[in-house]
Amino acid sequence: MTVSAELELQSFVLLRLGERRFAVPAGQIAELVAPCRVFKFPHRTSQIEGVILRRGRIVPVCDVAETLTGKRLMSRRLYLLAVRHYGAQTEWVALPVTGECELINAEMTVAAESDAPHVAGWLSHAGDVIEVLNIDAITPGPGEMHAEGETTVALEARP
Amino acid sequence: MRVAAPAKPSPARTEQIIVFRICGELFAVSSASVQEVRSSDSFSGASTEIFAPGLRKVRHVVRRGDRSLFIVSGALHFDLPPSPGTLAFVLRKTRTALLVDGIEKMAAMTRLQALPRSFCHEERRWYRGLTAIDQTVIPVVHPEGFLSPEELALLDASMPPPVNRDGESTEGTVVAP
Repeated sequence: MTVSAELELQSFVLLRLGERRFAVPAGQIAELVAPCRVFKFPHRTSQIEGVILRRGRIVPVCDVAETLTGKRLMSRRLYLLAVRHYGAQTEWVALPVTGECELINAEMTVAAESDAPHVAGWLSHAGDVIEVLNIDAITPGPGEMHAEGETTVALEARP
Repeated sequence: MRVAAPAKPSPARTEQIIVFRICGELFAVSSASVQEVRSSDSFSGASTEIFAPGLRKVRHVVRRGDRSLFIVSGALHFDLPPSPGTLAFVLRKTRTALLVDGIEKMAAMTRLQALPRSFCHEERRWYRGLTAIDQTVIPVVHPEGFLSPEELALLDASMPPPVNRDGESTEGTVVAP
């Protein structure tokens, strides 16, 4: 492998949703966590299942399996905490995954205009062509927002 | 030489909240936002039926002087199964009396986390944020979030005419100049 080819390689986390595998740039993954309690409360954002508590943070759980595979996850092993961008700010979002996650180095082919918005690119690994996910496109956010004027920073309790 | 006494850690700022139940779901509201807690029965004699098209969550209104207080079913507001509600929280600085199933406890909230931005629909109006009490995440409701200005306008337009002392409607009455 030449030096120039090495520089093209990026790290990705491979995740499994049912029978299919997807990739997320490793730089957008904060943590992989064991199954834990999902707290649910009434809301109207259908892609959000609830929230988990992780290191004092409240993290929304977004099941992307139905969008990506057409089926809801019936079993899950882990939550992949991914970084979701909202303009210049970021928040964690927990993606339920089945099966093992794997860290690989691969070269990504950038998505074409004809690809779905959630596809950031493609990579080839172990004989498979794998979609690299655009976390910002696959998880809900202010683009769908009906309400305006919401608070965007963590609030401290008032006395 | 005197050694300076170590600075006392300042007590954490807290907010008193009421944790309440609607259809088995837990919610919290700042106790400072609750002007009165009443039995829902105590409203029944004083309330008037109201029907605003498309707004199932309000079925009764209570007149207090020149002010109207709309009784909002918490269950219907949050799309939960219908529940009669045994208590009503009269919410300060609003025209809302919220029907709830019961009070779970009073608690001190030390941290309110903004609702994650992945939640991007009506819930952003409903909740001030989320808090963790005894390792349980509870949404903290926004007192103004139960009736939007549009809903209030619809309710005002649907108000039954006031009843005079003889029990007759004054609708259509012409006031002598």
